[in-house]
Amino acid sequence: MRHHEEEPTASPYVEHAHAHVVPLRVYVIAYIALLVLMGGTVLAYYKHPASTLASNVIALAIAVIKAVIVVLFFMQVRYSTRLTWVWAAIGFIWLIILFSTVTDYISRGWIPIKGWTP
Amino acid sequence: MASITARPGELPGEFPEEGHVSYLNWSHTLRSWLLTVDHKRIAVLYLVSITFTFALGAVAIGLVRLELTQPNGLFLENDTYNKMFSMHGILMVFFFLVPSIPATLGNFLLPIMVGARDLAFPRLNLLSWYLYIIGALMAIGAMLFGGVDTGWTFYTPYSSIYSNTNVTVTILAVFLGGFSSIATGINFIVTTHKMRAPGLTWFRLPLFVWAMYATSIIMVLGTPVVAITLSLIVVERVLHIGIFDPALGGDPVLFQHMFWFYSHPAVYIMILPGMGVISELIACFSRKRIFGYSFVAFSSLAIAIIGFFVWGHHLFVTSQSMYAGMVFSILSFLVAIPSAIKVFNWTATIYKGRVWLASPMLYALGFIGLFLIGGLTGLFLATLGTDVHLHDTYFVIAHFHYVMVGGAIMAYLGGVHFWWPKITGRLYPEGWAKLAAGITFIGFNLTFFPQFVVGYLGNPRRYHIYPEEFQVWHILSSAGASVLAVGYTIPLIYLLWSLKYGERSGPNPWGAAGLEWTTDSPPISHNFHEQPVVTWEAYPYNPEVEEFEAQQDREAFQAYLGGIQPAVEEEAALDTQGPHASPAAQPHHAPPTDEDEDL
Amino acid sequence: MSSEAAEVPRFRPREADEDLGVQYEDMEQQNESYIVGMWTFLVTEIMFFGALFLAYLTYRTLYPSVFMAAHYELDVKLGAINTVVLLTSSFSMAIAVWAAQTKNRAIEIGGLIFTMICACAFLVIKGFEWAAKFEHRLVPGPLYAWPPHGYAGPVVPGNETQMFFCLYFAMTGLHALHVIIGLLVMIVLLVLILKDSPLVRYYMPVEMTGLYWHFVDVVWIFLFPLYYLIPSH
Repeated sequence: MRHHEEEPTASPYVEHAHAHVVPLRVYVIAYIALLVLMGGTVLAYYKHPASTLASNVIALAIAVIKAVIVVLFFMQVRYSTRLTWVWAAIGFIWLIILFSTVTDYISRGWIPIKGWTP
Repeated sequence: MASITARPGELPGEFPEEGHVSYLNWSHTLRSWLLTVDHKRIAVLYLVSITFTFALGAVAIGLVRLELTQPNGLFLENDTYNKMFSMHGILMVFFFLVPSIPATLGNFLLPIMVGARDLAFPRLNLLSWYLYIIGALMAIGAMLFGGVDTGWTFYTPYSSIYSNTNVTVTILAVFLGGFSSIATGINFIVTTHKMRAPGLTWFRLPLFVWAMYATSIIMVLGTPVVAITLSLIVVERVLHIGIFDPALGGDPVLFQHMFWFYSHPAVYIMILPGMGVISELIACFSRKRIFGYSFVAFSSLAIAIIGFFVWGHHLFVTSQSMYAGMVFSILSFLVAIPSAIKVFNWTATIYKGRVWLASPMLYALGFIGLFLIGGLTGLFLATLGTDVHLHDTYFVIAHFHYVMVGGAIMAYLGGVHFWWPKITGRLYPEGWAKLAAGITFIGFNLTFFPQFVVGYLGNPRRYHIYPEEFQVWHILSSAGASVLAVGYTIPLIYLLWSLKYGERSGPNPWGAAGLEWTTDSPPISHNFHEQPVVTWEAYPYNPEVEEFEAQQDREAFQAYLGGIQPAVEEEAALDTQGPHASPAAQPHHAPPTDEDEDL
Repeated sequence: MSSEAAEVPRFRPREADEDLGVQYEDMEQQNESYIVGMWTFLVTEIMFFGALFLAYLTYRTLYPSVFMAAHYELDVKLGAINTVVLLTSSFSMAIAVWAAQTKNRAIEIGGLIFTMICACAFLVIKGFEWAAKFEHRLVPGPLYAWPPHGYAGPVVPGNETQMFFCLYFAMTGLHALHVIIGLLVMIVLLVLILKDSPLVRYYMPVEMTGLYWHFVDVVWIFLFPLYYLIPSH
């Protein structure tokens, strides 16, 4: 059982509703972080980093960090039960499994077949 | 015909008096049925609905089998033939097999087996039935008014560009059916995690619940992928957004990847619940705890998980890379292992059990044999070299019908028979049931075994016209189909008959162990008169051999029953005179809870 | 029916609460069930969008130069503004959920309205972007034409650029559909809150809507770099 954060409340009903109330400053910090990352990713795009690979990696890494911030703080997974974050993690893991389909396309040329080009 | 009477080991219970109010008869209005949120009523609604879709799918394939008695066609046009087998596949896969056990037996039993009053989201449950009905009606309408001829697999580019049939409406119908099963899956997962009775830890659950849980995981993770994949066909047909269009650089094989990413796990959706039922049947009718309980439980999860890694075995003869093919082949061999573990454990359970060959047990034994054949023939198809020869032949058809009909449908029938007294409060005529089980078994083998032969000999699947030398096999198969039809019709008749004329059942006519058998037959709307508190391990049957822990569980279960049935108080008190018997004799302590367990 | 015979341990009595469903024992069980249930639904949504991301991933791997060329036709500034709009709407939604949990009705209504305004702004901007595609004949179908008027990028096969736009419309279209659904749900919630309906006395409906809305935001967080920020080497 987690203890809920103490917050000045308008009524005594918070206890009754067993809400896990996240303090507002957490949301504000998360939002500012998201805006900073947003600026960073657009800047990286316009500044043309050295290679295509670097650009892709930077853009995706920033996107992943933004998504993690939204999931952990706005969606309160940080403050939820283990079951909730297991489900959140499973969703993304299964997505990666789905993406493994691309390995078929990548590996199509590896074994040469007479008279056929991929 | 004689109905079931009390057997040795039958657990006591009160017979319902006249005027007993249950979930069935507290209200007879249409509104109370169509707006119910009671999981038991929704299960009955599903039971009736899927019987209709099964009948329609069976009629479609009946016409096909009739047609195939002649190698050059009998009375169907080529296009109509294509529409018939497509209708059979679509109705049977999406609107019968996927919902069958989960939506009927699962909906009915899961809350009771975990000791809850209802599922976690009863209104979502009702929505799931409505989505199913709308989808099924749309699909049936599309089939009857024009039909679909793409096969249930909807391969592109035929389905997205060239077919002139009702593809769009059918796909939208399947889409709704998919959301129906997602809703069911969400409900089952949350119920199993959050609503187990006090003391009911994961490893005290019946294996049926584990099977439902594993099935729900597959439903939740896989169905959305096929939903979007099929929607892309609609979008291509209607809006020219051609994701799979070769003219735009698209790859039709990508459709196959995405389609089978769901559809292979879907076949595990169809078989896992059946395996759960079989575990219950084998335990009850061998009067023994399932051998290797945790192995069977984990194997359900293993099938669910590994099943997501093998979809490429449907693409061996496409342009899929050889490396991918090799990986998928070895993974497909691996996925057979958990299934084999289950079969070994069931067999070990029956060994030295006190076997009662009641009609549900006959279905269960039939399942084990037929599933074995179906599963092993799957390995032939998982082998790259042999698959090149066998792909798209009748061998594949025979393989999946052995597991889906010889397996899943026999398990479904066995389960319906086993829990029929619980669901309806009536007993069915046992003699007719045994006869039907036998006829079904014979008819099934006569229908599908010749298909292994003719497939190996080279007869392609989905062909209207075939070489004359295969005719004898087709005739055998069609003859078997008519026997199978008889085998399915007989239970329909006597089960309906039993609703009015069958003998009333007590709470536990089979002497089975499990929370559902402690409730009334049929149960009251809220299932239990009082919240059960579970202090025994799963399957507390009287052990043949005096095992100390098993004896404890047996006595704890007896004590629980004694607690809820004051009429048999005295017998319960006498029963619990053993050394470590009733909890009353011990210092009172709370049952083990899983408060510390977050899951 | 009670049990005087054997002393089977009794559990604690059901919590008395008007918002407690009959199938639950206490509010904590109900709250956690709703959260887990909502997350399970979001997992299905992840796989739903995920399949389209797979198609995107496949074709970008197969035709990298085509995707790079085609993305010049997208307006990065508008895309960036839309991303900021959605991030802000997530923030306001989180505030609204906080207000619902702390029974602060005014802030709850304000947060919801602000989120809805952001959602509408997103849809309007997206509408402008799509209208531009129609104008430049970049909509897949019989009217598609490549290269569009004024195109100054590298030369690539026209039919494969159409695949880029097929994916673009499919994914942003599905995303916009989810935004519209979210907007409709929020309208219903707002109406219920303004009418003091007992259905929203309990904070969970707003929290579940919040989870859905944040998910919609996460999808866009990935869509933006994948479509608008394709590197140009």
